Amino acid sequence: MARINSPEKLEKARQEILSRRKPDAPCISICAGAGCLAFGASEVIDAFKAEVEKQGLTVDVDIKKTGCPGFCERGPVVVIFPEEICYLQVKPQDVPEIVSQTIKEKKIVERLLYVDPTTDEKAIHESDIPFYKNQQRNIICDNIKIDSKILDDYLAIGGYEALSKVLFQMSADDVLAEVKASQLRGRGGAGFPVWRKWEGTRNSPGEIKYLVVNADEGDPGAFMDRALLEGNPHSILEGLIIGAHTIGSNEGYFYVRQEYPLAMENLGIAIRQAKEYGLLGKDILGSGFDFNVEVHRGAGAFVCGEETALLRSLEGKPGEPTPRPPYPAVKGLWEKPTNINNVETWANIPLIINKGGAAFASTGTEGSKGTKIFSLVGKITNTGLVEVPMGITLNDIIYKIGGGIPGGKKFKAVQTGGPSGGCIPAEQLNLEVGFDELTKAGSMMGSGGMIVLDEDTCMVDVARYFIDFLTEESCGKCVPCREGLRQMHTILTRITRGEGREGDIELLEVLAETAKEASLCALGKSAPNPFLSTLRYFRDEYDAHIKEKRCPALSCKELISYYIEPDKCQACMICLKKCPVDAIEGGKKKIHVIIQEKCTNCGECFEACPSKFGAIKKLSGEPVPPPIPEAERTFVKKSKEK
Amino acid sequence: MDIERIDQIIDSHRGEASSLIQILLEIQRENGWLPREALDRVRERLQVPVSRIQHIVTFYKAFSLVPRGRHQVHICVGTACHVRGATRILDKVEEITGIKAGETDLDLKFSVETVGCVGCCALGPVLEVDGKTHGKITPTETAAVLKSYE
Ligand SMILES: Cc1cc2nc3c(=O)[nH]c(=O)nc-3n(C[C@H](O)[C@H](O)[C@H](O)COP(=O)(O)O)c2cc1C
Ligand code: FES
Repeated sequence: MARINSPEKLEKARQEILSRRKPDAPCISICAGAGCLAFGASEVIDAFKAEVEKQGLTVDVDIKKTGCPGFCERGPVVVIFPEEICYLQVKPQDVPEIVSQTIKEKKIVERLLYVDPTTDEKAIHESDIPFYKNQQRNIICDNIKIDSKILDDYLAIGGYEALSKVLFQMSADDVLAEVKASQLRGRGGAGFPVWRKWEGTRNSPGEIKYLVVNADEGDPGAFMDRALLEGNPHSILEGLIIGAHTIGSNEGYFYVRQEYPLAMENLGIAIRQAKEYGLLGKDILGSGFDFNVEVHRGAGAFVCGEETALLRSLEGKPGEPTPRPPYPAVKGLWEKPTNINNVETWANIPLIINKGGAAFASTGTEGSKGTKIFSLVGKITNTGLVEVPMGITLNDIIYKIGGGIPGGKKFKAVQTGGPSGGCIPAEQLNLEVGFDELTKAGSMMGSGGMIVLDEDTCMVDVARYFIDFLTEESCGKCVPCREGLRQMHTILTRITRGEGREGDIELLEVLAETAKEASLCALGKSAPNPFLSTLRYFRDEYDAHIKEKRCPALSCKELISYYIEPDKCQACMICLKKCPVDAIEGGKKKIHVIIQEKCTNCGECFEACPSKFGAIKKLSGEPVPPPIPEAERTFVKKSKEK
Repeated sequence: MDIERIDQIIDSHRGEASSLIQILLEIQRENGWLPREALDRVRERLQVPVSRIQHIVTFYKAFSLVPRGRHQVHICVGTACHVRGATRILDKVEEITGIKAGETDLDLKFSVETVGCVGCCALGPVLEVDGKTHGKITPTETAAVLKSYE
């Protein structure tokens, strides 16, 4: 491809690409995102290639390896265009039938469709599935339409149109005004208004300015940035170049978490192709504007997601945060004004330019506009990525989109905001999702992790989990964070082990207050949130652990015992064989008994016991009944059970 | 790892001290760990003090100063996997390998590492061995998976 050096040529190139594609010709899109790959998407892709060739359809049918459309729970996901027929949990064995039926005969393969569990109705199109229907997918919707390794795919859906508009039809002030009108707030955590940061960097004195894409995505349980980097890297790149032109920067950096090799690969390809096409590098689209980007890999440190730490890391130093002010907009990378935004923030920019700031701001709440991608995970029926309008209620996300809690369990709380966030209980499910709304409820928007917890989750353990994570990740520079968190971790661990003492909660509160007030960066300042929010809503669980040595969720290993109910045991030997420490006595026709002294509480018997028997019980805070006497252990089949 | 290759990596970053982390990551990726000689070479060529290299390689978790095992075992302890029982998978891995997370066994068979969210939360709990993902794994299956590696 020759370099494109004018907006007209970009349009021409787009028309050429579209004319080469027949809009009515079948296109088989297969998700090749991390989740679907783990479910075996690679084999499905290979099977499609082979089958299409075998049936002599190679010229007529397009096969696309795409990014993640979000419905990870039912992967591998296959969507057939132009009809948008959506098949779920596709296996290589299903492929011949799909090709001969759907591609050739235009018939539906019923058994691969989504079936609504309540109405038993089948959904043919993506948009008919409740998981998708109740979302508003402005950004992630493109993932299934393009192969991110092919720039033409992005151009075909209108890619780089916004950039062209910015370079040739808008002044920097116009762009800034549009971003301001959109009221877009940063998607990386703090929710700072984007236009204000851009304006600040733009107005800071100095010739050289840098832009940074924060793709460190450290929140354990969140993967929306990954899906965008892997599935649609050009949208991020386009946003970044628009920002560069507006702010007056010629150099940008991607800082990508090292655990994301596929994201690195796809991003690298996208950058190379954009350069070849003249969309990046020198004299972009013939406008005279130069912009280059470099990609840096993170080296495994959560704190490097924090902007000042990230900048030190980019400079080749340890990622230790520095006090703000001075803010990066004034003194950032190599002491030059630097604008740093999150992946999803940048990906929203082309949309704002194309549709207009006012249209963007028409969705959302007073303080939070547009849509946000959440990773809906944990104890939820439909796990995956969901993009929803700001202002949607938690209830709608969890029940309408997420399909509720699996296994007939009861919802307990939803954790948002990652390690800096908190837990929101059932009473607050009507809460509208937005930056300020979540903060008011004692949690945070964060980067968009949404972990659903059910009755089996211990809230003290959740607090301990996050404090543990942050103790490990604290850079160690300031005392309240380094030592304070360590002490909090010790106390919380003690409580979950049943060694909690009177006064522990008060001590935790003091430590939390100190870390909040006196830590150097937001890692330490927000670290106590998971503890404080669980204490606020679930104090009874803390009390049960400390005072009664009882874990109400029956989850803390040290506080529970396993017990076989003699009248339910069918003497089937399954649990007995599973026990790794030979702690179960019994035999064929002999009721099983757990020897408590030997039991390590690993829980394998509990899971092994067939659910129709349900003979194994977890106990906490009450004594285990004595084993039944030897003489009564002979198993007699009850007559009423046939 | 030979000095020539290390020099190549350094040259590809124009020998700039600001690329220290990126250079070390590449050496680590190719060699699996960072031997003393490699660090010495990087120090000489980039003209950075030993203390700075030490600080970097101990600060960032990606670096290893000891040889790694033939098989890399990663247990996801991200939040989604944690609430679905990742601790029990970790316990099982530690029991079978006889080492703790962050360690490598003496036969250099396994290196065990915990990681935060690998992006397959729908499959939690998740175990990865040499990049292959095993989803919705149970402690019993964990044992079977590990035993299949030589
Ligand atoms: C401990 C800590 C970790 C963070 N991790 C990330 C991260 O992984 N990704 C991210 O985009 N922002 C992260 N942030 C927020 C950044 O500091 C910064 O606010 C953000 O990148 C700004 O971009 P935005 O305005 O587009 O949100 C983190 C902040 C803290 C305090
Ligand atoms: S938390 Fe384990 S894959 Fe996301």
